[in-house]
Amino acid sequence: MDRPDDSLWAQLEPLLARVQKPARYIGCEDGMGSPDHRPDKVAWLLAYPDTYEIGLPNQGLQILYEILNERPDAVAERTYAPWLDLDEQLRAAGLPLFSIDTHRPAGDFDILAFNLAAELVYTNVVNMIDLAGAPLHSADRTDDDMFVVVGGHCAFNPEPLADFIDVAVLGEGEEVVGEITAVLHRWKGAGGHDRQAVLRELASVPGVYVPALYDVTYAEPTPGFTQGPIAAVTPNRADVPATVHKRTVADLGDWPYPKRPLAPLTEVVHDRLSVEVFRGCTRGCRFCQAGMITRPVRERPADQVRTMVADGLRQTGYNEVSLTSLSTADFSDIEPSVLGVLEDQQAAAPTGPDGMSLGCGTTINLPSLRVDAFTVGLAGQVASGRRSGLTFAPEAGTWRLRTVINKLIVEEDLYGAVESAFSQGWTRLKLYFLIGLPTETDDDVLGIAELAKNCVKIGRRHTTRASVTVSVGGFVPKAHTPFQWFGQNTREELQRKVQLLRSATRRAGNVNVKWHDPAATTAEGVVSRGDRRLGAVIERVWRDGGTFQEWGEQFDLDRWTAALDAEGLSLDWFVFRHRRADEVLPWAHLSAGLHHDFLWDDWQAALAESGIEDCRWTPCYDCGVCTGYGIEHVVASPVPPAGGSQGTGQDLSNGAAVPLHLTFTPVDAPSRRATDMAGAT
Amino acid sequence: MRVRVRYSKLGKVRFISHRDGARLWERALRRVAVPVAFTEGFTPRPRLSFGLALPTGAESTAEYIDIELVEGTTIDGADADRCLLTELSAALPIGMDVQVIAPLESDAGTRRKSLQDEVTSTTWELWGPGVEGSDFEAIADRLLAADELPLERERKGRRHVDDVRPLIHDLRPDETGTRLVADIATVGRGVRPAELASLAFAGTARADIRVLRTQQWIEQDGERREVLSLPVTVNALARGLSA
Repeated sequence: MDRPDDSLWAQLEPLLARVQKPARYIGCEDGMGSPDHRPDKVAWLLAYPDTYEIGLPNQGLQILYEILNERPDAVAERTYAPWLDLDEQLRAAGLPLFSIDTHRPAGDFDILAFNLAAELVYTNVVNMIDLAGAPLHSADRTDDDMFVVVGGHCAFNPEPLADFIDVAVLGEGEEVVGEITAVLHRWKGAGGHDRQAVLRELASVPGVYVPALYDVTYAEPTPGFTQGPIAAVTPNRADVPATVHKRTVADLGDWPYPKRPLAPLTEVVHDRLSVEVFRGCTRGCRFCQAGMITRPVRERPADQVRTMVADGLRQTGYNEVSLTSLSTADFSDIEPSVLGVLEDQQAAAPTGPDGMSLGCGTTINLPSLRVDAFTVGLAGQVASGRRSGLTFAPEAGTWRLRTVINKLIVEEDLYGAVESAFSQGWTRLKLYFLIGLPTETDDDVLGIAELAKNCVKIGRRHTTRASVTVSVGGFVPKAHTPFQWFGQNTREELQRKVQLLRSATRRAGNVNVKWHDPAATTAEGVVSRGDRRLGAVIERVWRDGGTFQEWGEQFDLDRWTAALDAEGLSLDWFVFRHRRADEVLPWAHLSAGLHHDFLWDDWQAALAESGIEDCRWTPCYDCGVCTGYGIEHVVASPVPPAGGSQGTGQDLSNGAAVPLHLTFTPVDAPSRRATDMAGAT
Repeated sequence: MRVRVRYSKLGKVRFISHRDGARLWERALRRVAVPVAFTEGFTPRPRLSFGLALPTGAESTAEYIDIELVEGTTIDGADADRCLLTELSAALPIGMDVQVIAPLESDAGTRRKSLQDEVTSTTWELWGPGVEGSDFEAIADRLLAADELPLERERKGRRHVDDVRPLIHDLRPDETGTRLVADIATVGRGVRPAELASLAFAGTARADIRVLRTQQWIEQDGERREVLSLPVTVNALARGLSA
């Protein structure tokens, strides 16, 4: 049972009266378990390294929280990054990081497990390890110290955090957390001695990577730089696998979690029920790490979706549900499915349409909308109340560049979607684009402005209030994607493209341009494809006060460049440099199942402006995942969805005979133009 | 029909803001399937009206919410007790418990005053680590004996000095002598418990003073009565604080 003596609440309570938004730290949510701590259990402290408002809705963390608490040999609680004010209060009072469920000190837990959803949170990870009272470096931890574990998308390149973590878990956590628990449970039962031995045992669990069991050696400096790429990553013991492979749940239907969704007491970023309708995406967008590392597509059975929505709404009292996935309109038979969900809600409403009971006025939210009229029609059917804004992500401004990134939306798709949206009462559209994509020219950037202006024109036919917001983010190449070899645009180049876009839309009324800070994009690029040498850089940024780097007011690129300089490392080398096919990438010993050759060939196809189809409805092109892991797509419908713009018979090969090639010169002046990259064969 | 609900906010949930509290009520009412009426219009909102805001961090055993139910709804006493008290308390977080539910008589033809307008004074208890061992009797005597109690406040960017002495109706130690009990006016600008604390315990950080609202009063024809009195003396503090 909950032993009040173990709780720090009495000491924390006076501090919470001194901080902003104290409700972040009290727990008490609907769906919170009553963690039953026993000495023999493996105690997990599941951590999200950003604020409560961002972290609470995270489904991965909620799922693992519940699965672990169902196990007799485990107990799990949660923690989120304390904001600067509480951090300061805790350190002044000599109090550690704590769980928000029962306010236990982090040191009472066996495992501190982080969900890594973004690179810029790494300094928060380091801060939380320190605040937890554990030695900062894994090499300094002893039998009495907790195990620091990371998982989530960024764990596919955990190398920059290698100094600080004991374990990285690749892929989906549902099964592997149980296997890790079992190993540590046995170890604790046997007295908990010899940390090195249990780390080796953990390394034998598929999906578990123990960085300390691998040695990294570096090659001669790259010409023009003082640092070189990795020569080799070698296991330093015979019983350690040379390559660690990701974990994948074969059938999402076996995992109907969260069964008891957490409903927070204070406002959070996604303040609604979420039900995951499928995992994985094979649309094949080449910039998209999520789509590459979560393959294959596994749909949840439609009836299970209905049950989870009905149960979740009943338990939480929410009247809004998000059907989540990487592209929800691609769910088989999406239309009857969502209409079924609405029917269930109307049937469950005992008080008729004018009461506030369950089921009345339930809104279904479809995030990650596909760009076509069918999808918008669907969104119109399920959205109740005010239609304020709708978001699409064409990602690139011209068809040419969209074939490069394999986001195969033709302009007619976009305009059809836009027409449909404005005609159904929406007045504001948001269009997401990336800038700094491979082969991008100024024409591609100006294409963004053209698209936006045309969308406003369409909107004006329906309403004078029609407006379009263009939101541009700088592209950061990610590990395990076809663009992992691409040299990111410099901060100056991104800034120049933003200005180009702003000038092109300046006189266009009702087109607003918003952009992500190119400086933050640069820092993200450092860590995204970084290696172990960055551990010291991250530590320096943290010691210099650089936490909450995802927050504009806390971010300062100078901290990062100063730390790189102090370590004798080159920003240009890590971020702006194109990689060759034979370079040993820092994550080469970690596998998401994708063949190196598949990724390289897809990279070459990108440069040749040649698209590929979605393999869930067309023949396999052998990316390596299904064949390598003996798993398959779980897709209810054998045909592509109505109105889907990809896999519907478009001519995807444009027959580009002479592929473009990147020039492998070191990065030069700020105004490096994308056209420089189109060198001779 | 309208019902008025008295509830508590004790323990960890004292750190939830008034606004967050409103969202919690909407979810709780939906979970219990209370037939709440909606406003008309393009974005219908449930017809809920909350009483005087409780400062974040303060506790209370006397919070109120008025709920408009859909036309034709009837609630008999037993039903209200069984379903609503128990089920709503279960649907609300620990520390928020529904204590009383009473139907509001509809005054034919006249528009009812809102809760905020009806309440004329409130009773608070003040204590905490910063003021332990204080002589509450002496503090009460000192403040009550003062002809005026000037308090500097900022309004619209300008400094004002208000005399809050007339707003303090009574001050006394509680039965145990460990808390200061205050009756303060809510009409006009009123005086906030934190402001009272700064007068009573000058020099003590506000964060070190705990405040608990125990009653809200309506004054009519020279008599004051609680908005809804508790049917029995319940030791409301017994629940929630252990949360």
